[in-house]
Amino acid sequence: MTTFSNVSLFVQCLVDNFYPQVGDAMVEIFRRLDLKVDVPLAQTCCGQPAFNAGYRKTARKAARHFIDTFASAEVIVCPSGSCVDMVRHHYPDLFADDPVWQARATQVAQKTFELTEFLVDVLGVINLEARFDGRVTYHDSCHLTRHLGVARQPRALIQAVRGTELIEMADSDRCCGFGGTFAVKYADISTGMLAEKVANILATEAEVVIGCDLSCLLHIQGMLSRKKLPVRAMHIAELLVQK
Amino acid sequence: MSAIRTEAYCQAAREGMADPVLQKALSGFQHRVAPATAQRYRRHPEGPQVRQMAHAIRMHAVEHLDTLLPRLADGILARGGQVYFAADAQAAVAYGLAVARRRGVRQVVKGKSMVTEEIGLNEAFQDAGIAVVETDLGEYILQLAGETPSHIIAPAIHKTRKEVGRLFAEKLGIPYSEDPPTLTQAARAALRTQFLSADMGVSGCNLACAETGHITTVSNEGNIRMSTTLPKVHIAFMGMERVVARLADHALLFRLLSNAAAAQKMAGYISYIGGPRADFQADGPEEFHLVIVDNGRSRILADPEFREILCCIRCAACLNVCPVYGKIGGHAYGYAYSGPVGAVVTALLVGLDRAKHLFFGETLCGACKEACPVEIDLPRLLLALRHRWAEGRADDLFRGGGDRLEALVMRLWGELARRPNLYQGARHLAVAGQQMLPAEEGRITRLPPPLHGWTQARDLPRLARRRFVQRWAAEQARGEGGR
Repeated sequence: MTTFSNVSLFVQCLVDNFYPQVGDAMVEIFRRLDLKVDVPLAQTCCGQPAFNAGYRKTARKAARHFIDTFASAEVIVCPSGSCVDMVRHHYPDLFADDPVWQARATQVAQKTFELTEFLVDVLGVINLEARFDGRVTYHDSCHLTRHLGVARQPRALIQAVRGTELIEMADSDRCCGFGGTFAVKYADISTGMLAEKVANILATEAEVVIGCDLSCLLHIQGMLSRKKLPVRAMHIAELLVQK
Repeated sequence: MSAIRTEAYCQAAREGMADPVLQKALSGFQHRVAPATAQRYRRHPEGPQVRQMAHAIRMHAVEHLDTLLPRLADGILARGGQVYFAADAQAAVAYGLAVARRRGVRQVVKGKSMVTEEIGLNEAFQDAGIAVVETDLGEYILQLAGETPSHIIAPAIHKTRKEVGRLFAEKLGIPYSEDPPTLTQAARAALRTQFLSADMGVSGCNLACAETGHITTVSNEGNIRMSTTLPKVHIAFMGMERVVARLADHALLFRLLSNAAAAQKMAGYISYIGGPRADFQADGPEEFHLVIVDNGRSRILADPEFREILCCIRCAACLNVCPVYGKIGGHAYGYAYSGPVGAVVTALLVGLDRAKHLFFGETLCGACKEACPVEIDLPRLLLALRHRWAEGRADDLFRGGGDRLEALVMRLWGELARRPNLYQGARHLAVAGQQMLPAEEGRITRLPPPLHGWTQARDLPRLARRRFVQRWAAEQARGEGGR
């Protein structure tokens, strides 16, 4: 097992603002692994919303702030595939015409990991001694599975939870229709895609849908709640600390 | 040029989603073709690198069009064919019409071709009193119905066999049937007479070969070969990027094209055409013309950020996996090209402002890039279009008008993102403000404009009273934080 003295959390803005309990779960996971946790208080947002909407000047502002905030971190762990994709793959490109910042961006990019890839690939941990009695299904978020290539790791972690039965849904890696501002600007198309995702979730008869990205989970939960369906969305970090 | 209806994206998308026949057809088609295509990609002897190899071949060709196209033209001229470089749609159509008039053409048979949709060839011919008959079965159905293609490879995917049965009964005068073989036979019989009486054949070109000086057409129905060999005159139209350097490159690319388009090992008919009928040949036209169409492609070539889209070989694999296309169908894209590739190509051909819904109305999920046989980074191109639209510089070849209000909001947001205290302050306001919104069991059920789209069919959780970061700071202050 690779050892680190200190893990810095980038909790991601949706966790920070809407679901602080996912941040608590991350802290608990690392405590159980005897790793010291640090949460830089100046953290805000990685800049992805602006970047995806075409506003790269704004995205660069957010990126510079992120790089400053996490420059001294030993390793950065984030509970979101799309934010890690932003930092790892788009930060270096954002500073293509600025060698100093590009070097700093690349340095930060190389030490930023998504939670499940960090646990499984970097730390070599699969079993966190969690227990959850129930049937769950897993949603592959787009950036995590296609841009970071992480699909096996979360499944291994889920399958190691005692009492949990993982039932695969059809088209688990098909987009849920969130897509940032797309969900608001193209609400009809977005909810059409979401309805398909929710139908696939329901077909598994699982009680919980697990994911690694709060953006998708917020989106999916939004329709589950609206339709008062007996399924709830849960971030994998929360599952991994169930006792 | 053909009609551009890209501005109506949202309305057309709603219509597509409200059409149960289309929904069933799209879902069935995507689930049938996409997994089979992905599986076949794994069986190429070149191994997992096969798509990168194809990308390199195409990119090399795109970057050497200045030498490859003259080489192609020389080969065709040497065999007695004629070559015309058309700067735009009007020039391409005018050339085709001039040839038709000179030869007194009254009837044309056509093999399926996207570029002729792009330049609006059929409409121009029909306006000139020349009858044009599409001979691809799907295209033929649409022509009889007076509709446009909704998929690059399966143009009539949105029609059911019952609809086709009624259409054929009405237009071809056959007894009603919904049996596909019966309907196909009826179409073949009707088309056979057209092939024999046509004065001119029109085709596209899947991929030309510079080394040998041939264009190549691919089909599974044999109709293109009929269209190009039976009439006295054959005109082929090709986008200027549809060429590769060597014959050896063709083998790989046609294997991948067949794989990507229809999960086939190889398509049924692949024809190499390099000129009119030679003395030693029994079949073929007296005249052969190749029209190489620019129509905005030089501009794309001149822009290093967008050049990659010219690698596209129009296989439609990206349509077959796209979750957005799978919901809205091809007509929503409002132009000859649909799906992820359409979102990029159309915007570059018709202008960013006119086509902005196409490249903003996608989720960047990345399925298209994984399915592309020449591994075009479509998500990167969509992001680049958004960037040019929002922040394009005056000297950019492609730019959009942007949105001043949105730009202002983004700038403010950027200031918040880099000033944690301001970020915290803004959040306080939002937490206070959200109390005024209608909610149920702690979840917001109605958001005000411009965010109201979210709550159309989804709830939104309320902002937590305190951020995680605040809670952490408080715990640290109490000495209970991380060890």
